[in-house]
Formats: sequence, C-alpha cells, structure tokens
Amino acid sequence: MKTDHSTAYVRQEDAPLLPPPRNETGIIGWFNQNILNLINDFSGIGAAIRSVLMAVGTLAILYYSAHILWALIDFALIEAVWSDPDELKRVVCTTEIAGGIQHNGWHGACWPLVTAKMKFLIYGAYPAEELWRVNITGLVLITGLVCLMFDRMPYRMHIGISMLTIFPVFAYIMLVGLGDWIGLPYVDTRDWGGVLVTLVVALTGIIASLPLGVVLALGRQSKMPAIRYLCTGFIEFWRGIPLITVLFMASVALPLFLPTGVTIDNLLRALIGVTLFASAYMAEVIRGGLQAIDKGQYEAADALGLGYWKSMRLIILPQALTYVIPGIVNTFIGLFKDTTLVAIIGLFDLLGAAQAAINDAGWSSPVQAITLYLLVATFYFICCFVMSRYSMRLERKLDRSNR
Amino acid sequence: MKNLPLIVIVLVIGGGLGYFLGGGNEQAVEQEAVMETSSESTLEAVKAKGYVQCGVSQGLPGFSNADDNGNWTGIDVDLCRGVAAAVFGDADKVRFTPLSAKQRFTALSSGEIDILSRNTTWTMTRDTQLGLNFAGVNYYDGQGMMVPSGLGVTSATELDGANICTNTGTTTELNITDYFRANNMSFELVAFEKADEVVAAYDAGRCDVYTTDRSGLAAQRTKLTNPDAHVVLPEIISKEPLGPVVRQGDDQWFNIVRWSLNAMINAEELGVTQSNVDSMMGSDNPSIKRLLGEEGNFGEELGLSNDWAANLIKAVGNYGESYDAHVTPLGLARGVNALWSDGGILYAAPIR
Repeated sequence: MKTDHSTAYVRQEDAPLLPPPRNETGIIGWFNQNILNLINDFSGIGAAIRSVLMAVGTLAILYYSAHILWALIDFALIEAVWSDPDELKRVVCTTEIAGGIQHNGWHGACWPLVTAKMKFLIYGAYPAEELWRVNITGLVLITGLVCLMFDRMPYRMHIGISMLTIFPVFAYIMLVGLGDWIGLPYVDTRDWGGVLVTLVVALTGIIASLPLGVVLALGRQSKMPAIRYLCTGFIEFWRGIPLITVLFMASVALPLFLPTGVTIDNLLRALIGVTLFASAYMAEVIRGGLQAIDKGQYEAADALGLGYWKSMRLIILPQALTYVIPGIVNTFIGLFKDTTLVAIIGLFDLLGAAQAAINDAGWSSPVQAITLYLLVATFYFICCFVMSRYSMRLERKLDRSNR
Repeated sequence: MKNLPLIVIVLVIGGGLGYFLGGGNEQAVEQEAVMETSSESTLEAVKAKGYVQCGVSQGLPGFSNADDNGNWTGIDVDLCRGVAAAVFGDADKVRFTPLSAKQRFTALSSGEIDILSRNTTWTMTRDTQLGLNFAGVNYYDGQGMMVPSGLGVTSATELDGANICTNTGTTTELNITDYFRANNMSFELVAFEKADEVVAAYDAGRCDVYTTDRSGLAAQRTKLTNPDAHVVLPEIISKEPLGPVVRQGDDQWFNIVRWSLNAMINAEELGVTQSNVDSMMGSDNPSIKRLLGEEGNFGEELGLSNDWAANLIKAVGNYGESYDAHVTPLGLARGVNALWSDGGILYAAPIR
C-alpha cells in the first residue's frame, strides 16, 4: 500500500532560517542587552532604583571617559607642537608669559623635544658612527620575529632555533664588538641606553628565563632530595626578595665583596639579576602546568618505555607548557615592565633616558615631563599589548583553553 | 639513575652561570687589570687604561647632564674633562658613569670610578667615615625657598603655617624641618618622590613654598607655567659645598684633582681663558708663567707634564667660562661662587 507522505504529521523539511530579530544583533542588540535592559526595568521599587542608579552611573562613566580621551587627544595631537624648524628649543614649547611663543594658557605636547632626543631615547650614548650595528641587530630581530609569526613560513623551525641560539651570539658580537681588527670596535655598555637597553634586558630575561624555569620546575619535582631542595631553595630565595633589592644589592653590595679593582659590568649585573629573578617565577608557572597533567600521561609515557627525558620532552612538557601560556606571557610582560627598575643601577633604559631628557634645561617647560612620560607609556603599552595578543593567538591555535 | 641527566643539566647550568660571570669578569679584569691594587697608584692605573673614569649624576642641569646626543655637559663634567686633559693632554680621554645618590660612594671606594664629580655635599661624616677625600669645592650651594610672588612674602620668617613642597628622603626635608622649628613656626610638608612631581604640585598651587637647593630652584623654575610670578627668598637655610671626591690614601691622585680645580679657578683670576691661553704663554706675569708651565716644575711634581694646566684650560676653559657655559643659562648668577676678588668666596691656593 502506498503511503501518502504529503499529509504526514512530521515536518519533512527544516523551517527556513530567519535572521535574528534586529534588536538582538549588532550594535543595537549589544546596547539592548548590556545597557537598556539594565536601566529600563521599572517593575518594582527596587528594580526602579537600580535602573536609575545604573543610568546615572553609565552616563557619568561615559562622560568622564570621553572627557579624558578628549583631553588626551587635545594634548597629544591638536594643541601639540610638531616641529621646531628654527631650533628654538624650549621657546617653541613654552607660553609667552614664560618667554616662549605659545599663547598663554597653551597646554600641548612638545614633540620637537622627542625628535631632538630620539637618538638618545633609542640608543643612549652609543657612538654615532657605530649605530648601524644596533640597526642591523634590530632589523634581524624584527625579521626573525615576523617570520616566526607566520605559521606556513618555510624553514620556520630552523628560523626559530637559530633565533634562540645563533641570534644571541650575533647580537652580542654586533653590540659589544670584537675589536678594531675586524671593524667592530668595542662599545662599552656604559654607552648603551634607551630602547636598546630595555630590549636587551627584557629579551635576555625572556629567552634565558624560560629554559632555566623549565629546569627549575622539573628539579623541584625531582625524586632526588638534593636536587629538589636545591631548586626549591633557589626558587623560594628569588621569589622572596623584590627585584629592586636584587638590583640594589648587585650595584651597591656586590662591588664591596669583589676584590678591589675587579668590577662586573653594570649591564651584566642587571641581566643576571633580572634573569634569575624571572626564572624563579617562570619555574612556578611551569610547575603549575606540570601538576595539571593527568597522572595517566606520566604512566602512559612509562608504559611506552620512554625514559625520563624522552617522556618529558615528547609527552609532558608540550602539554604542560601549552596549558600555562597565559601564565608564561604574564611573567614576560611583568619582566618587560620591571626592566624600568634598572635605572637604579645607573643604566639609562628607556625610562631612564626619558628622565635624563626631562632634566635638560635647554628644553625645560611645564609640558616637558608629560610629553616624555606619554611617549614612554605608549611604547610600553604597545609592546605589552602585542605580547598579550600574540599569546591569545597562540592559545587559540593550540586550543587548550577548553579542554 | 633516571635523574642523572637532570643533575648534569643543573651542574652545567650552574657551571655555565659561573663561567658567564667569570667571562664577564674577564673582560672587566682585562680592562681594569691595572686598576689600583695596593701597590699601584690611581694615576698609573689611569694612564695604563688610557682614560679617567668619572662618576656623574643621572642628570642635573648645569652640573652633569646628557645633551641631545648623549654627550655629558656641565661643570661637574668639565672638571673630569679637565683632569683628563691634565693627565693625557686630551679632554676626551674620560668616560662617565651615571650614578644614583645611593650608589656613588660604593662606586668610588670599590674602584669602579676614579673621581666622583656628582654634586656631592662635603660633610664631616662623608669625609671622615667613608674612606673618601673631598678635593675641593666647585660650587657653593645652599637650600633655598621659592614662593609665588602673589603671596607678598619677602622673607622666610613670614611663612608661618605654610604648605611646603619638597622631595622625600633627602636632607632638604630635614633642613626645612629644623629651620621652621628653630623659628617656632608651624608648617605642613608635602613630599614627593621626584622633582617633576614637586614642580607640578607647586605649579598647580598645592603648596605655598617649594624648597630645594638653590641651583635646583633655578633649574626647576623654568618649568613653571609663569616663572616670573615666583620669587626665591633671600634666606639660605643650609650649607651645601659641592665638590669632587676621590678615594682616601692616594695623595698624588688627590693632589691632581685638587690642583686641576685650583688651576681652573686661578686661571679665571689671572684672566687666562680657553681662547687666549696660547697668547698668554708669552706673558711676563710670573703667576701666569707658573700656571702655564713656562716656569718651574709644577706639573712634574704632580706626576704630570708641565703643560698640564695649559692643556686643561685649552680643553675646558677656566672656572668662569665653564660656569657661564653651563650654570648661567639656568638663570643662576655667580653670587657666592664669584671669585674672592669679585666679592664671592671662591679662593684657590696659589700655584707657586
């Protein structure tokens, strides 16, 4: 018997997909869900009071945000002085009442000051005729990093490995020099400064603290008491003292312990201090990852007959490290910002160089300090923001977040 | 021994670190192997390494400050350049180490630097307890006070009940407290960490008085919105003789630094300037002849060549020239730092 399907009770095809209601999507939907719903609920006295407070709060926050944003734009872009063709220095950035050319009440950024100090802010007192060495090193670094960002880059693995092994040696040779005989005269690290020092300290800390942290974390979980206590002691010691103390001890106390006349390079002191400090934090972050790994993974590795190192390298660490990417990047960002503390030991990192520029009487004006601090803040924000976005991309790619 | 590799790695890293430290040392030792050991004088060490290592501030206008290209300028810097010129005949044979206030004495006593020329106040404690010697005074400073002229205050004694802006943790805080107590006046301290913050707060009217060293007042004043609307009060409430410092126990080096400073001051008194030093060589004035090494053996007695002072003046000029180039632009008149013959207190022992 033939069945007539045309009058079936069950629908045979899907209902057409309608677009979502207009007030649920896009900017209107967002506004409805996040703001309007919270402020137009007058169903009871409590809800009404809440709605009114919410509305007032929203408006106040909007107003002040716009106010601050506008003040910043006004200061940094609209009112700002952009050029100083006649080399008037401070005159171009001060008001008439203070002997300058700006109208009284003027308040804007003094960008010619930044232009004039640009070399100092980037390289410090690095000799002018040797700047190409810094530039080439920077160029290689940027090229390498950009190559690593593209997943389908050919030889990506090789580039990555050489960035971690060959590049530091290359950078050392380029920046410090080998001597006159090869055309790379020594440049004393006392002459380094600005962004150069900031990046050298931060990158050395970042590159060196990760492997050191892995070893310390493994050591802390070791079954051998001597290694375990050694690593635990090391980690707890460095975590227990503030970085500012480390740097201060390195600059003030260390010279007193060394024989007279023997000095350790100031920058090297900072590098060692920052690296050891960061590696202790890194070790704890990685230990968190190691502990998050299911015991079954360790047992599976054993069952496969893998030795300690192979199981760590092939099974445990790849998982553990990807679990804690946010923590690792967090430590990197913290480290990057902590580099400003090296000013204590007389190094002119970017902040130190900016402060030296603030002290230049030739440019003294009420906006001198604000302009330079604004610049430094922007630099740090961009660097940290890029790092944080990159880590988010990495997390998404490795997709560990929702396991 | 499953964990053997781990032990090896820990050892390797430990060893590597040690080697790294040692390697870092090596270069430093190489450079400064000639630094004074107890048997070697600072002068010999300086000559061997080929430059004078000079500790300066991290940036103080007029005294030691990095210019747009990172070159150091200021009267403290000129003194070091002068010493380099006296020793080597070349004022560029000097390297500068910027030091924080807390680092400076350690850097000197550990041999990291040869001269500390960093606006350092000469006090008895520092002279007697730190194993250091002050080689003279190149700037007589003192703590002063600035007020808005709108207040109508002409003397610090009228400041009863004032709000006072200053830096934290410096002797300025102590001095101002002492001064107000001694005069039975009440006051409120508003202290900030950095000079920029103090100026900004004072400019915004958060306090009635801004106090710091007078040289600092002059330099910071140009950062005010309306510099002319502020006056520096006549009272000077502390003595701050600033000068170069060397390690105790090396009299020869101490003498070189002291007499380099004296030579700069004497040159101003005798009218010898950077530009006329060559023509002054033929002068009949015996004082000038002795200063420029035409007569006597003064340079060799110091362990230098006899034209030491001539080289120094050629390189950095006399004291007045250095002052005019670096301090006068800050709006600081010579005042007590004028020569004794001009009504100041700058008085250098004669070269004879």
